[in-house]
Amino acid sequence: MESRSFYNEILTEHNIRPYYKHDIVNPDYTLEGVNPNCGDDIFIKLKCDGDVITDAAFTGDGCAVSQASADIMMGLIIGKKKDEALHLADVFIRMIKGEASEEEIDSLEEASALRDISHMPARVKCAVLGWHTLEELLGDNLPQR
Amino acid sequence: MDGKLYRADFPIFQIEKSMYLDNAATSQKPQCVIDAEYDFYKSMNANPLRGFYPLSVKATEAYEEARSKVKGFINAASEKEIIFTRNTTESINLIAYSYGLINLCRGDEIVVSITEHHSNLLPWRMVANRTGAKIKYLYPNQNGEFDIKSIDEAITEKTKIVAMGQVSNVLGSLNPVEYVIKKAHEVGAVAVIDAAQSAPHMPIDVQKMNPDFLAFSGHKMFGPMGIGVLYGKKELLEKMPPFMEGGEMVDIVRFDYTKYSELPHKFEAGTVNAGGAVALGAAIDYIGKVGFDVMSQIEESLTKRAFEGMKNIPHLNILGADNAEGHHGIISFTIDDVHPHDVSAILEADGIDVRAGHHCAGPLLEYLGVNSATRLSLMFYNTEEEIDAFIKSLSSIREKMGFKD
Ligand SMILES: Cc1ncc(COP(=O)(O)O)c(C=O)c1O
Repeated sequence: MESRSFYNEILTEHNIRPYYKHDIVNPDYTLEGVNPNCGDDIFIKLKCDGDVITDAAFTGDGCAVSQASADIMMGLIIGKKKDEALHLADVFIRMIKGEASEEEIDSLEEASALRDISHMPARVKCAVLGWHTLEELLGDNLPQR
Repeated sequence: MDGKLYRADFPIFQIEKSMYLDNAATSQKPQCVIDAEYDFYKSMNANPLRGFYPLSVKATEAYEEARSKVKGFINAASEKEIIFTRNTTESINLIAYSYGLINLCRGDEIVVSITEHHSNLLPWRMVANRTGAKIKYLYPNQNGEFDIKSIDEAITEKTKIVAMGQVSNVLGSLNPVEYVIKKAHEVGAVAVIDAAQSAPHMPIDVQKMNPDFLAFSGHKMFGPMGIGVLYGKKELLEKMPPFMEGGEMVDIVRFDYTKYSELPHKFEAGTVNAGGAVALGAAIDYIGKVGFDVMSQIEESLTKRAFEGMKNIPHLNILGADNAEGHHGIISFTIDDVHPHDVSAILEADGIDVRAGHHCAGPLLEYLGVNSATRLSLMFYNTEEEIDAFIKSLSSIREKMGFKD
């Protein structure tokens, strides 16, 4: 695949000028996610009001794919209920595996810009790092799980 | 000047169209090496050193002839000093277990340069942890050069082992191994040289260099994976206990008594990689045919071309020496604000194979203040066109990542 189309504008913008890459004081949840092979290393922080995610941000270091993906994710989950966020994570991860329907991919809004990563096996881990970390972080805390 | 002429020797270049610039990770294999391994299994296959029937004798002879070739390759005094292992990592572990653990104790020091590959660092850390000895690091300057004074200060009466690579797999720097070996000997320490990145590119004469141990991997010098070499001085090897116990390394085994075989077999427990050794012998013949002089001439010229092209790219930072001569075919670099994995992904999309990451040299990158880097590594079969394509792709990276300058 041509590299130009894969590093599209949405991805490079979120990488260079992330909205949600900063610290949160007194977060309700913090979890580190790492890809040991390539060194992507991020910390996800969430603030919640009951079941609703009121603020989300991340810090850390990694490739453009991991950083942009985490940044887009934060924008999507703020204001959502925890189980809605988990549902998005599930859809995103399935999109990257090439298993999500068009309708589901549409529901991911901006995150759908990363769909082409499904053709790049070497980058899949980078794309899902933030989402996996979110799943891990919320999954254990949900009453229904 | 480049290696076009030699590309026909390597069948992979007819099949695989990507540009292979990751030669420090492993080299490509010429047809003669592939044939040698194939021929061994086709016409000589029997378990060497075990049977007395002609086929086993033939296999044994082929295996031992490969050992002689290795002996010649590094100008060792005797075949007894050449031990076949799987790779550099195993060779160094052998020394760590059979020499380090036996001879070191609390209060002793192991001097290791910070530029080392994990394979020449973690075994020493293990020895230190288990014996109570201490690791002392040698630090180079930003250009990758070791200052004589810091070597003199680091190596003291407490030093029992000094471990250093001849060429750094990240910086491409050629280290002052002769000086370090001399210093080690002055205080009665042994010197362990990791030649993984030098053996494929320059002649090694162990009698001149005078290391106590020297390790390298077949796969980085046109040989197959799974065969490596440990050179050790006979007097030291003779006193060391075996690294592994089992078949083929014992002469007598009674109910309560074992007599180990003579060198080098004492250190080659179990069925050996004879096919690999024979093919490594073919790789040595191949190097002899092309000649290190020709190979280095091409590699130096290609390194210069790459180095100069890279120097002209804004926001590109080269790790190590600020001249091509200090790089020996290896140029690691970073691009401002672009993660090395994005660099390698863009190169990859343009058909160029390089490696990004920590290059198994975590402490060195930490010392240099970078998390990871992308590495170009050359071999004499690379071409000017490949270098130019690499430079062109590199020049486009910042723009592709959304930067305006
Ligand atoms: C300097 C150096 N030492 C040791 C090694 C380890 O070699 P191997 O993986 O063949 O044991 C390498 C290869 O990556 C190397 O570059």
